[in-house]
Amino acid sequence: MADQQVDPQTERKAVQRKANRRTLRRLILISIGMFGFGFAMWPLYEIFCDVTGFGGRGVQEVAADDIQHYQDQREITMRFDATVNSGLNWQFEAVDSAKTVQLGKLSVASYTSINISDEPVIGHAVFNVAPPEASLYFVKTECFCFTEQLLLAGEKKDMPVTYYISPDLPDDIESITLSYTFFKNIPATLAYNNAAKKEISNQPNPNNITTNDTRARGE
Amino acid sequence: MTTITHEDHHDHKPQGFLNRWVFSTNHKDIGTLYLVFALLMFFIGGAMAMIIRAELFMPGMQLVQPEFFNQMTTVHALVMVFGAVMPAFVGFANWMIPLMIGAPDMALPRMNNWSFWILPFAFTMLVSTLFMDGGAPAGGWTLYPPLVLQTGDSFIFAMFAIHMLGISSIMGAINVIATILNMRAPGMTLLRMPLFVWTWLITAFLLIAVMPVLAGAVTMLITDRFFLTSFFNAAGGGDPVLFQHIFWFFGHPEVYIMILPAFGIISEIIPTFARKPLFGYTSMVYATVSIAFLSFIVWAHHMFTVGMPLGAEIYFMLATMMISIPTGVKVFNWIATMWRGSMTFETPMLFALGFVVLFTIGGFSGLMLAIVPADFQYHDTYFVVAHFHYVLVTGSVFALMAGTYYWLPKWTGHMYNERLGKWHFWLSVVFVNVLFFPQHYLGLAGMPRRIPDYSPQFADFNMLSSIGGFAFGLTQLMFVYIVWKCARGGETATAQVWEGAKGLEWTVPSPAPFHTFETPPKIDDSVVAHGNHM
Repeated sequence: MADQQVDPQTERKAVQRKANRRTLRRLILISIGMFGFGFAMWPLYEIFCDVTGFGGRGVQEVAADDIQHYQDQREITMRFDATVNSGLNWQFEAVDSAKTVQLGKLSVASYTSINISDEPVIGHAVFNVAPPEASLYFVKTECFCFTEQLLLAGEKKDMPVTYYISPDLPDDIESITLSYTFFKNIPATLAYNNAAKKEISNQPNPNNITTNDTRARGE
Repeated sequence: MTTITHEDHHDHKPQGFLNRWVFSTNHKDIGTLYLVFALLMFFIGGAMAMIIRAELFMPGMQLVQPEFFNQMTTVHALVMVFGAVMPAFVGFANWMIPLMIGAPDMALPRMNNWSFWILPFAFTMLVSTLFMDGGAPAGGWTLYPPLVLQTGDSFIFAMFAIHMLGISSIMGAINVIATILNMRAPGMTLLRMPLFVWTWLITAFLLIAVMPVLAGAVTMLITDRFFLTSFFNAAGGGDPVLFQHIFWFFGHPEVYIMILPAFGIISEIIPTFARKPLFGYTSMVYATVSIAFLSFIVWAHHMFTVGMPLGAEIYFMLATMMISIPTGVKVFNWIATMWRGSMTFETPMLFALGFVVLFTIGGFSGLMLAIVPADFQYHDTYFVVAHFHYVLVTGSVFALMAGTYYWLPKWTGHMYNERLGKWHFWLSVVFVNVLFFPQHYLGLAGMPRRIPDYSPQFADFNMLSSIGGFAFGLTQLMFVYIVWKCARGGETATAQVWEGAKGLEWTVPSPAPFHTFETPPKIDDSVVAHGNHM
């Protein structure tokens, strides 16, 4: 009885083993593909932001001479928000919390920063606009967020933003919030402070020698 | 080994503890390992829940530090989701799928061994983070940056543990799919398979599709923390909201990973004790597939308050509500199965009925949460906590209890103590409602989740909830006792065990021999529980 069963049995097992390996290979490939898809969500999200203006992405930056704008009688409320990341020891505020502006008219939003730490710090501002679709109609000609900002210890600086809102703004948007968050640019701050130290103490010291050595090795 | 003829090794178990358990490639032994491990994790996670409820017994800070409280909520969730519920269902899959489709074992037995034995190491690592400098992750199981990136030394250990869990789940899922697709006995066509097998097949595909996405998200967290990338770092041009999208693209299918096998178990139990075939078998299969598909396109309902465009909110609301249609099909099919059936109420049936009623309550509160304007009020409150504990505890866990009582005689060869089983059910069902029902009211009144203290107007409902929690926790010790006693001895079980039971697993003796279906069984209408007749 056993002998009669062995043949079809062994054959069946061999077929199954082959099928199992094929399934295993395919499913591993799918898993790897889905791992890649997780990362692909990053560029997909970038595209989503560009299209919808999400995350302030729709804001256009143009040079002051290039503006082609016409004015509109319609007025909206602009709100200004200022936040400092916990890693940065600055005071950063919007001068006005809200302002009425005319569509298409070039306006200035004023912010001020004070470095309340005891050393020079380079900061970097990141912005956002709410509601997200409003950013598609937001045009800046000048902003402190375009460049890194250096504040010496205790220094106070006015930080204006020149902008206008396109008159094409949909009618249902009656107010727009412009928000900035200041972060510390840690590598730039470190580099600046190291360079400053080197300039002050012009005598050779072990640090300088190390730097020279590195440079020599680099060449 | 596979060439040994059938007669030679009816009960030929490997000798010695190491060979039997650590090097096991037997689906039944690995199933047992998964189930025992899940039970252990259920109690570890449960102990953390007890600490949470003890701290919330009264307003004010009583027992623990706020940081530790946050670690408890985070690790409780990770342990329960990845350590208790998921491995328990994999344990059921290991034990039952080969028995239900007439296969001698899982398709890839060595990988099966590996996918189990990763788990104890992953969880040792995860739980050890509680004892590290800075404590365990405390930013919630959803691992949202930037909060999770502020975790102390334990960050990388927790992340690596999650990577290992993911690998284990993916291997388990591959095994389930390969077994179901390639190992069915001749005549066991796809539309004759038991519903538990169907739901697991779909669950396994969900696992393969989303666990790698979680691995990707975790990898990005790791590179953001250690390698100066800025995927989620706003200062570097990234966006923390992106993480939420990636996480919930994994997270929403994940909740169906934890409930679809439960649907399968319930769909096996109700026909047995109603002594009628399952009503609408084919519609059950289609409903499961629909739920799985919808689970991929509704993720953003977990994050309505991040500031989404209105159109997206409306889309995600409607897509989410659509899930109630296939889920409703299932609930009505279960009710129709019982309609005019000759019902008896043994413990598995009691848990199954408890599941149908209480899971549906969890479904309704989910529907309430799907409503965008209402969600802005409910978001991150105890209403959400009540909702997902109804679907996970009275849903998944009740189904696991029901399934355990249902198949325990097949696993052990003994009947469990029916009187104690019924006590276990009634105490559980009363106290689980005392525990979670008041949390709906707390949430509607605005009590936030994941906060160790609360204002005094929430005191009464919290005390009630804590009392329910302690009693529910204690009641589960009965479960351990009943299972232990049943494993040790008791009334001998017949092969069929339950009068109305149909399906291949009931054609083998109880306890199921170490090797079953070495020669494929003959499939005909008399043994198949559901599906098309030949």
